[in-house]
Amino acid sequence: MSAPIAVIREPLINGGKTYHDITEDICAPTERAPSVPWVIGFIISASFLAFYVFCVLWTIWFGIGTWDLNRTVGWGWDITNFVWWVGIGHAGTLISAILLLFRQKWRTGVNRAAEAMTIFAVMCAGQFPLIHMGRLWLGFFIFPYPNTRGPLWVNFNSPLLWDVFAISTYLTVSLLFWYTGLVPDFATVRDRAKGFRKKVYNVLSFGWTGSAKHWQRWESLSLVLAGLATPLVLSVHTIVSFDFATSVIPGWHTTIFPPYFVAGAIFSGFAMVLTLMLVVRKLFKLQDYITIAHIESMNTVILVTGTIVGVAYLTELFVAWYSGYLPEQWAFYNRVFGPYYWSYIGMMSCNVLSPQLFWSRKMRRNITVTFFMSIFINIGMWFERFVIIATTLARDYLPSSWSYYTPTWVEIGIFAGTLGLFFTLFLVFCRVAPVIAIAEVKSILKTAGDQYTGPNAKHHHHAHDEHKTAAH
Amino acid sequence: MTNKEILYGLYNDEEILLRAVDAAKAAHIDIWDVFTPFPVHGLDPKLGLAESRLHIAGFVYGLIGTLTAFLSMSWIFTRDWPIIFGGKPYWSVPAFIPITFELTVLFASIGMVVSFYIVNGQGPGITNPVLDDRITDDKFCIAFDVAGASEEQLDGLKKFFSNTGASEVNTKVLPVR
Repeated sequence: MSAPIAVIREPLINGGKTYHDITEDICAPTERAPSVPWVIGFIISASFLAFYVFCVLWTIWFGIGTWDLNRTVGWGWDITNFVWWVGIGHAGTLISAILLLFRQKWRTGVNRAAEAMTIFAVMCAGQFPLIHMGRLWLGFFIFPYPNTRGPLWVNFNSPLLWDVFAISTYLTVSLLFWYTGLVPDFATVRDRAKGFRKKVYNVLSFGWTGSAKHWQRWESLSLVLAGLATPLVLSVHTIVSFDFATSVIPGWHTTIFPPYFVAGAIFSGFAMVLTLMLVVRKLFKLQDYITIAHIESMNTVILVTGTIVGVAYLTELFVAWYSGYLPEQWAFYNRVFGPYYWSYIGMMSCNVLSPQLFWSRKMRRNITVTFFMSIFINIGMWFERFVIIATTLARDYLPSSWSYYTPTWVEIGIFAGTLGLFFTLFLVFCRVAPVIAIAEVKSILKTAGDQYTGPNAKHHHHAHDEHKTAAH
Repeated sequence: MTNKEILYGLYNDEEILLRAVDAAKAAHIDIWDVFTPFPVHGLDPKLGLAESRLHIAGFVYGLIGTLTAFLSMSWIFTRDWPIIFGGKPYWSVPAFIPITFELTVLFASIGMVVSFYIVNGQGPGITNPVLDDRITDDKFCIAFDVAGASEEQLDGLKKFFSNTGASEVNTKVLPVR
């Protein structure tokens, strides 16, 4: 019935929990008054969010000219931030979909929060192309709909339009996947709540009862959604990379971009999941569910993807040299030694060198190191996008139009503001929804929890039923 | 409209529940439904539940998405408003692949999720009767429909519950829609 537990695997749920303990522990943050750190965090995030609204209104009122973009550098912080946020939004679906298909049990501890993070990150990403349009209120022009202008259609051959489809599909599917997982857990909160809260959670839980047939359909749905989301998540950043790769700009026009962007996206997404989960587990006392084993698994993914990204950087340099094509060689020389050399150093040191620490098991299991590393990586991945976008544009084919780009306070404010948007949404999520998938954690309790792996029951006691009852 | 009268027992563990389901099957007792806090593996075949056909529906929805995307783009660029982009043919199939893929996934996902809630009789604002509040916490429930059952039959079912290790036995009347 249940799979035998391997002796080498660490338990993923500690503290000798019963099913009821799991319910209590995970529902608790939604049921008690907000803690002081939460309130402080919320006030800071909401202030940034307010500043974001101000900067966006400023941009719309005065026009895109308030950013320091110029004729040469047409994409600056806006598209850098867009790609950065989309990249971060890749970990959630990777954890919930790909790891579900691979039957990785550790996903159950972090999938809920990671999916929420994905949705919020994609929302932040979506802001940038919209603001960059200048006339925000005409944003619906990007969708093909029968209109009175011909009808004049959008260009289906353009990667920018593919992006519209990829990102809106990704947001929708992630939202559906996340919510479907949340419904049974909202029912758990509903059945514990009283009064007004019960009414709210009654609406949120869609009338879930826990019937065997419903669970069967729920599992079938989750599996197929995971199967659909897996190629989807890979397609999204592939298509984002097409925005660059299908152009004729040296340094962008490379076939390595899709896999390199996808690896980078997973890399930065896992880093953001770690930043958030390390805080969440501490703040909400969930150390028994998000264990060192979870952190180590995520750090392993970071090491692998970080190294893939590193290999991609070196491959780009090699191919530029090997191609014998002068503008390409110059583009990469300029990337390393040009006016933006500092961002290249930032990218290389944060993304390629620092994750190599994680070859050491001790470092992978060190919470402080992991926390700082997760922040470094996100800084590094931001630099990567800046290197690709601004450095390449600032020195193009025509030396007479070379320029240098620095952001204005408006652009910096918009970026800082999306961080405010992201954290505000995440903090609200932590208060309203169970941050860990309750039902899924319960379902792995016996196969991956610590109850039946006490000192005298180390050997495959799950393989046979009689041993299992003996362990009760 | 007649009401459903339900006799249900709560068990403390899924292993006990699975054995009880086996026992009910051996005694030829019809189970009305089983409720659990999480998906219990191995329960479906014991209850004789047919495999869900949701994935077949998903395939059909996906196919509709594929055709919608590909045929609309083809029609727009060859019939409705042909434009040459970058010297490529009007009907440039490779460029249609990304959007065709995205819409396939989008249609399949939305279609499946909507179907899921419709066949489950669930949705925003819908309240379904809950037998016991602890079913979504840590209790595993077997429910029998006992409308019109004789005292004798009821006693038999109660005996079944105590024999199979139920921690509690209750009755509840559910409104039938």
